[in-house]
Amino acid sequence: MKKAFFVGLVFVSVMAMICSAHGQARLRMSTTTSTESSGLLKVLLPPFEKANNVTVDVISVGTGKALKLGEHGDVDVVFVHARPLEDKFVADGYGVDRKDVMYNDFILVGPKDDPSGVKGAKTAAEAFTRISSGKADFISRGDESGTHQMEKALWKASGIKPEGKWYVEAGQGMGAVLQMANEKKGYALADRGTFIAHENKIGVVILFDGDKAMFNPYGIIAVNPKKHPNAQYELAKKFINYVTGPEGQKVIADFKLNGKQLFFPDAK
Amino acid sequence: MSFLFDSLHEALRLVFRFDPEVYYVVWTSLKVSAASTVFASVVGVPLGLLIALTGFRGKSAVQLTLNTLMALPTVVVGLFFYAMLSRRGPLGDMGLLFTPSAIVVGLFVLGLPTIVNLTISAVHALDKRLLLTCKLLGATPVQQAWKILHEGRFGILASVVVAFGRVISEVGIAMMLGGNIRGFTRTMTTAIALETSKGEFELGLALGLVLLAAAFFVNAMLFLIQRSKG
Repeated sequence: MKKAFFVGLVFVSVMAMICSAHGQARLRMSTTTSTESSGLLKVLLPPFEKANNVTVDVISVGTGKALKLGEHGDVDVVFVHARPLEDKFVADGYGVDRKDVMYNDFILVGPKDDPSGVKGAKTAAEAFTRISSGKADFISRGDESGTHQMEKALWKASGIKPEGKWYVEAGQGMGAVLQMANEKKGYALADRGTFIAHENKIGVVILFDGDKAMFNPYGIIAVNPKKHPNAQYELAKKFINYVTGPEGQKVIADFKLNGKQLFFPDAK
Repeated sequence: MSFLFDSLHEALRLVFRFDPEVYYVVWTSLKVSAASTVFASVVGVPLGLLIALTGFRGKSAVQLTLNTLMALPTVVVGLFFYAMLSRRGPLGDMGLLFTPSAIVVGLFVLGLPTIVNLTISAVHALDKRLLLTCKLLGATPVQQAWKILHEGRFGILASVVVAFGRVISEVGIAMMLGGNIRGFTRTMTTAIALETSKGEFELGLALGLVLLAAAFFVNAMLFLIQRSKG
């Protein structure tokens, strides 16, 4: 009885693993947390998967790590938002065929009563200067993600080195940081897409937006097959063409949450 | 309070709505945990018997190492195998990273020290005269081991139960080696981590309850096996 049970268990599990590992073609994509947690990929991927009979494996991490996975050759395509890092990724020979996909913008969120008075700021740099008064916490992603890159650039523009008790480095994804800002009644920089997705679950509100410096473009890059012969370049290329083509762009434009459009397609 | 109540409600809804995605996540968790526990048992129980029944130089050092490994953080195992299985790593050509097999490998290493250690304890807890009697009656080493295994089955099965509990509840290895890929390597624990980060606490807690229920089911089966042989 015991023996039979264990033999059966081994058999079933091994079979299941073999089936699931070699069922059909798989394209591996590392991407920023915002594309998945906003729900965009749930509508963007299925038409491509169906038409090409492939499964797109999504590894959703911060932009910094997403690019690292591409550098290591552990994925076939990366879909991220941090233009300077993306250009470096291509210049270093890790990626090819970079294309613009869509954009939205970053926003500063915080508690409704706005203790640091961010609301009246004219520029993002000024808003950040006001936050550095330390009247309330600022929750930083602290994870080298695209949002974190943008945050660092904005601190630089304001000429302030963020330090002190009020500067909280969370080391977590966008959603978790928004939750934390909500719990600690603090400020945070967020991409608009993720914020809209969380809006009805948290109490923080948009206090500053609209500065050109807070523009948030998303790009897609195939991993260079010359660097990593294992990378599925043809399939990645197909996927890039789909996302930046009329079909994918329409899915992005039509994607709404709470009646609001999250991403604006801008592929050329 | 209503928060917990909502979660319970959501959990029941999840279970009875028969959402294929939820069931796939449960299935993935059970699959990788069961496979890794079985592999760890197949290797760990004989290894534990061998260490317990033989005397050799450095035995204390081995046991001390095993005890230390029981405190192995899951993210360290994840990181180590990430470095091994990444395309840049020595085993990269196998293409295992971000597959269920990669999780099984990591969980196997996580569970192994537990099984070896507790098997050693189970054997030590047996009456010393058992082995002597076996030897006096002229049993071959294999026959001796078999007898010890049979006498110590409760303790040894307990080691398997503990190992299963450790591997099904961990999140670091599943996240780092599996990548939390929807419909492929998403396990219950990584799904909970994801839902929590999205602020879907009810769904996260609900999945936690489902995880407990699944663990209960597996342990109940092991319990029945234990009893039926008793």
